[in-house]
Amino acid sequence: MKREVSINAAMALALLAVPIIALQMGQTFTITLATRIAILALAATGLNLALGLGGLVSFGHAAFFGIGGYAAGILSAHALSGEPMIFGFEGSQAMLTIWLVAAVIAGLVGLGIGAVSLRTSGVYFIMITLAFAQMIFYFAISWPAYGGEDGLSIAVRNKFPGLNTMRPMEFFLVAYGLLMLTLGLFGLIRSSRFGAALQAVRQNDVRVASIGIKPFPIRLTAFVLSAMITALAGALYADLNRFVSPSMFSWHMSGELIVLIILGGTGRLFGPLAGAALYVILEFVLGGITERWQFFLGLILLAVVLFARGGVMGLLAGKARHG
Amino acid sequence: MTFALALEQLLNGVQLGFMLFLMAAGLTLVFGVMGLINLAHGSLYMVGAFACAAVAAATGSFWLGLAASLAFAAGAGALMEVTVIRRLYSRDHLEQVLATYALILIFSEGTRWLFGSFPLYLDIPPLLQGAVSLPGGAQYPLYRLAIIATGAAVAMGLYLLISRTRLGMRIRAGESDREMIAALGVDIRTLYTLVFALGAALAGLAGAMVGAIQSVQVGMGEPVLILAFVVIIIGGIGSIKGAFVGALTVGVVDTMGRFLLPQLLTFFVSPADAKPMGAAIASMLIYLVMAFILAVKPRGLFPAQA
Repeated sequence: MKREVSINAAMALALLAVPIIALQMGQTFTITLATRIAILALAATGLNLALGLGGLVSFGHAAFFGIGGYAAGILSAHALSGEPMIFGFEGSQAMLTIWLVAAVIAGLVGLGIGAVSLRTSGVYFIMITLAFAQMIFYFAISWPAYGGEDGLSIAVRNKFPGLNTMRPMEFFLVAYGLLMLTLGLFGLIRSSRFGAALQAVRQNDVRVASIGIKPFPIRLTAFVLSAMITALAGALYADLNRFVSPSMFSWHMSGELIVLIILGGTGRLFGPLAGAALYVILEFVLGGITERWQFFLGLILLAVVLFARGGVMGLLAGKARHG
Repeated sequence: MTFALALEQLLNGVQLGFMLFLMAAGLTLVFGVMGLINLAHGSLYMVGAFACAAVAAATGSFWLGLAASLAFAAGAGALMEVTVIRRLYSRDHLEQVLATYALILIFSEGTRWLFGSFPLYLDIPPLLQGAVSLPGGAQYPLYRLAIIATGAAVAMGLYLLISRTRLGMRIRAGESDREMIAALGVDIRTLYTLVFALGAALAGLAGAMVGAIQSVQVGMGEPVLILAFVVIIIGGIGSIKGAFVGALTVGVVDTMGRFLLPQLLTFFVSPADAKPMGAAIASMLIYLVMAFILAVKPRGLFPAQA
């Protein structure tokens, strides 16, 4: 366990150190890569709450990621055009406001999807979450008001008090800070009474029910929290690319989030970060060597599932305590 | 809205339904017998379409292409089962999802490698070109009717195979208790490979037949795969009967929704708004139907006895 803590600290420091060094050397692209890692890790940390701790294999978290992205895109588009939204709300370019809206909407949608999906379990749950995400994906494609299939550009990155988010390093710090806060929150949740109940539900829900704890509300709470965190990452991702499109809702995105978690190590605190770092670096390195990089990525993923169970964290820090 | 147009749309819905049945039958069999969730089923559909288009282009015969699609998809399925899928039966669903997701990446990029990024085109065979007059005066393409007939024949054949033959008996036995039939001396590994290849062949057949009315391209399997998931959730995972009812439901609801909703909405909003709004709601319709069915029956319409 001690070893895992020091590996976690090393990873957190490395993620901070690399962009600082890159900034000194004037390599802006490396900072963007590090920002991408932080944002994907944040999204996967959200999913890790449901999937890793709760055992809820959601194959539809792209829905929440996309909701976050569209919250950022739509609010800033209205703020720029001055065209009021519903209730005379004028949109916003403040990240904090956008995050709040993104989290609340994703939470509400997550409540709806969760309430229906959690009536099922196992494969049904996997497929029904996938189906709900597809439903939102097709809605985003065919709804013309905000760009439809073409997506929506964000002219200027949204603002964070005291920072100039158009500078890559300062935007990175926003993403990094949010990731670290969320990892802290994840750690707190995991060791809380709620977290204990959630993990117990994953291991044996009949036993948990028999000692008087209802599994359903616990799972639903975890699912909603998980949706909200993933939406925050979506909002940041939209700001990173300054563009949102329905592809944020696509099932490839949901698949990618699951991949990040398993690559890193399911249920591990820093698993999503390890997975995201490995994934983005692989994508970058393989993409530099061959344009067929997805083919080789597939082979690597396959090898990880078949032969390296436990992911990066499993290799580095040994088996997880719980199981 | 005329009667003839509505009839045409209804037939389109039925045709989509039979297509989906070919996909869903394989998925649901593989899940029912092996307990495996296979995301790469859409890749087998793509393999069938590409095999058909390539062989038809080389030989000039659609029918040889169709035979090739069955052979290649079954072969790819068997290969997939022996090399990868076999190791996943004892794993949990999460790992199955990830491994078959990796297979999709490999198949899609591999196909792009072999055939390039441009779509291939497949012509409807001369025998099935032309149209048939429907009651009400509309013309309906013969080829689409042939798809419906093929789908119905496969459904019938599958029913007979499962309920009347020795292989079918073993498949049913494998569904209810795999240790027991292995103990009785049935070679369970070969049986699994056979079932997987059968499902793959059906997916390949579906891909080849649809290839002639749409373009044959990388990624064509994924939208169909997700619809097939909806089908087997509605029908109850593991049930062939459920897959059949679910496929026709999804096919007809989806097609008729896209056709009727924009027209219905003109009663409530302006025609300019009705079209996009109708299209947006129609694209969500089957998922709403699925959510409703699951809310009433969480294990689908025809839950397989687990």
